[in-house]
Amino acid sequence: MTEISDTTDEAQIIASILAGNTHLFHDLIRPHERSVYAMALSLLHNEPDAEDAAQEAFLKAFRNLANFRGESKFGTWLISITLNEARSRLRSKKVMKMESLDEPPESQGPVTPALLRDWREIPSEALERHEIRAMLQQAITDLPLIYREVFLLRDVEELSVNQSAEALGISIASVKVRLHRARIMLQKQLVPQLKKANPKRRWLPWS
Amino acid sequence: MVLECKHVWEHISGYLDGTLSPQVREQVQKHLEHCEICSAILDSTRNILILTADERVFELPLGFSERLHARLEAEIRGITPPPPDNRE
Repeated sequence: MTEISDTTDEAQIIASILAGNTHLFHDLIRPHERSVYAMALSLLHNEPDAEDAAQEAFLKAFRNLANFRGESKFGTWLISITLNEARSRLRSKKVMKMESLDEPPESQGPVTPALLRDWREIPSEALERHEIRAMLQQAITDLPLIYREVFLLRDVEELSVNQSAEALGISIASVKVRLHRARIMLQKQLVPQLKKANPKRRWLPWS
Repeated sequence: MVLECKHVWEHISGYLDGTLSPQVREQVQKHLEHCEICSAILDSTRNILILTADERVFELPLGFSERLHARLEAEIRGITPPPPDNRE
């Protein structure tokens, strides 16, 4: 229900901006600031670059607003613009950074998760701790680029598999494979760290 | 057919997304019922996805909004056509 009315509101605001009420663009983008920045930061790895890329993405969205087709949500469209902005910046820095935009060589074999016998859930309140947030951010930004992109679109920005495939220009099957690998890589990386950092852990005598 | 652990791991992501075929889903579920390792892998992966989707993971830097809207304001003024009565 809310989603439908959100989309309608969005469509009305966009129509109004295009009709000349350009100041409404400020209101239109406010709910999307964090997700655009998160996308830019996890792709570009540093805050000033991410902020600049995020600003640029919003400017591009404003300039191209007339091309926005109501078929997708505005937020989805914005995320595609951000992805392209971040990608083109990565490409121009590629020689310096040596981060490959291609499939990493080890990507053919299966990914093995971290093995454990029991998992005590880490509650969301743990995110109040800077240490935990930093740990998660680091693990995401450490993923090879092709996995990081899919993971961000699907699991952070919550795009559908189809939308992610479209935004990345890859097949739906590739999205699924890369997403799976990204998730298992994160599990492998984060499980030992989170277990150590979770203060409420309780070692059962038989484990 | 009984699935081995390493085959179950291949389906973790699909299981979480609910995209497995009914047959595979059932096999995975059966395996999970008696395998504490695979259950823990599934639970921890699900837990990690909930945490990483949380808004607090990527926070906006201080002053981000102010700087963004100032830059937008400059842009909007720059490319907005003047209202009709100001035109020649």
